[in-house]
Amino acid sequence: MINTTSRSAPEVAPTPRNERALDRKGVVQIALLAVLLILPVAAYVMGEFYYVNLASRITIIAMAAVGLNLAIGYGGMVSFGHAAYFGLGGYVAGIGAYHAFDATPFMTWPISLPGSDNLLVLWLAAALLCALLALVIGAISLRTTGVYFIMITLAFAQMIYYFANSWPTYGGEDGLPIYLRNSLPFVDSSDPLNYFLICFVGLLLAMALTSRLMKSRFGAALTMARLNDVRLATSGINPYPVRLVAFVISAAITGLAGALYADLNGFVSPTVLSWHFSGELMVIVILGGVGRLYGPLAGAILFVMMETFLGGITQYWQLFLGLVLLGVVLFAKHGVMGFLAGRERNE
Amino acid sequence: MSDAVLSLTHLHKHFGALQATNDVSLALEPGEIHALIGPNGAGKSTLIGQIAGHIRPDQGSIELGGETVTNLSVAQRARLGLGRSFQVSSLAEPLSVMRNVMMSVQALQGHSFRFFKPVARDEALLAPALEALEHMQLGHRAWTPVSELSHGERRQVEVACALALKPRALLLDEPMAGLGPEGSARLTELLEALKRDVPILLIEHDMEAVFRLADRISVLVSGSIIAQGDSHAIRHDPLVREAYLGDCDA
Repeated sequence: MINTTSRSAPEVAPTPRNERALDRKGVVQIALLAVLLILPVAAYVMGEFYYVNLASRITIIAMAAVGLNLAIGYGGMVSFGHAAYFGLGGYVAGIGAYHAFDATPFMTWPISLPGSDNLLVLWLAAALLCALLALVIGAISLRTTGVYFIMITLAFAQMIYYFANSWPTYGGEDGLPIYLRNSLPFVDSSDPLNYFLICFVGLLLAMALTSRLMKSRFGAALTMARLNDVRLATSGINPYPVRLVAFVISAAITGLAGALYADLNGFVSPTVLSWHFSGELMVIVILGGVGRLYGPLAGAILFVMMETFLGGITQYWQLFLGLVLLGVVLFAKHGVMGFLAGRERNE
Repeated sequence: MSDAVLSLTHLHKHFGALQATNDVSLALEPGEIHALIGPNGAGKSTLIGQIAGHIRPDQGSIELGGETVTNLSVAQRARLGLGRSFQVSSLAEPLSVMRNVMMSVQALQGHSFRFFKPVARDEALLAPALEALEHMQLGHRAWTPVSELSHGERRQVEVACALALKPRALLLDEPMAGLGPEGSARLTELLEALKRDVPILLIEHDMEAVFRLADRISVLVSGSIIAQGDSHAIRHDPLVREAYLGDCDA
């Protein structure tokens, strides 16, 4: 550590470390992306479609966690209800497909709205509806802080969970099958590798958006809202709308991931709306490193791998997950990314 | 009275049976340092809270530059030109000095919902922030994390954050608290130079600094202003001597 107190500081902004030549962090980040990209391609070539779908699952869960990380890690808003957005996104895909398959309208009043099996339409609808839901939930929840915020986001998510559970039209607790994967123009989305690549691009876009956002004026205000909201207000910026917009963007990203997930599984059920899933997303964010751009990806890889491979050996795999989480929280506060890539500078 | 930058008119605030602010009227004129002194429990913090916008008064009004701000939020008042510093420095410690000051510049320009342009090289933010820092003679510390600064330097950063708002009035809450004699003398000097541009409402315990700096002094006791005048008048006011200075002088 250089003693900065004695030397005079430069007059211009020092170049951020990550823009210099490739360092340890850069190597780790590229390695993570490369592994995630190369393994499913290799599995596809070998005809092992199961592993391609496993990679898609990791990618989608990572994308959902990228959304949650924007709220928890960058915004300091510990949402325990992001399953609501993941599930709503999933149901948008499921319900759209259901009506397209039946050729029945989704609604007839006040406007006639048919179902759709076009992924672009469904994604747009999922993102918009999740943003709208988060606007309502966030507008109320963000009036509280701390434990109350955690509990109120959980309460809203559980309301939606029980609603989906008891609404028979779309399968209730049995869930809703998607018989044919929703489609894209020009690309065969039913091909497992194509679908993985779609998910991969989605993850990259979500991460690029987060990165760009956090370097902007909006990101500067959000960072200040997390670190010291009294300072932000005293500087003349009201923290509430800054947090609310971040919360809405966070939910839209998680909701998009939910839509991708429903189409991956060909099935959506209230399980993805339950608080267990909110908890899993939080575990992934914490495992990977809170407020780290690549944290959700590292966390999702670790989580899904443990679930798949340890879960194949013993049904008590979550005992080991618990031990790993304990280790991370006690000994590597900055998560897997902090452990592999070193501590992040704060700006 | 009418050209006052900041004026409080008949403010009242009570918490239960406690009358924390009792009919306080006070005006901050251009070019002056107006000190507010009072013993512990006099209601200084409550009054500052009402001026800054953290606490709503029960009655009375607050005007800033001719506009009534009584019901505006902390952030709105800041944008209208009320800069303040805190009794205990309130900055984002892990961030650099520059990042803290840039926040005020950003608020003033009103573009916090810009999502894509990176701030790290945004001259529109950097230049005014650096100017405010240089005003407080802290330009050389611009890229140091706040956590590495001395107590006195943090005070200066807070004032720089306030200055970056191009304020009409400064509200400084015990800026000398915890500073050594050297830091205190340095800040006194900076504030004296500052008052020509921005009038300052100074809440201070350091009597020596108050008597040296203040053009006018108001004395708050039990929620009411019991005396107002220049340092000579306050020093010799019998009420003040009894209520405030008496306990150390007599």
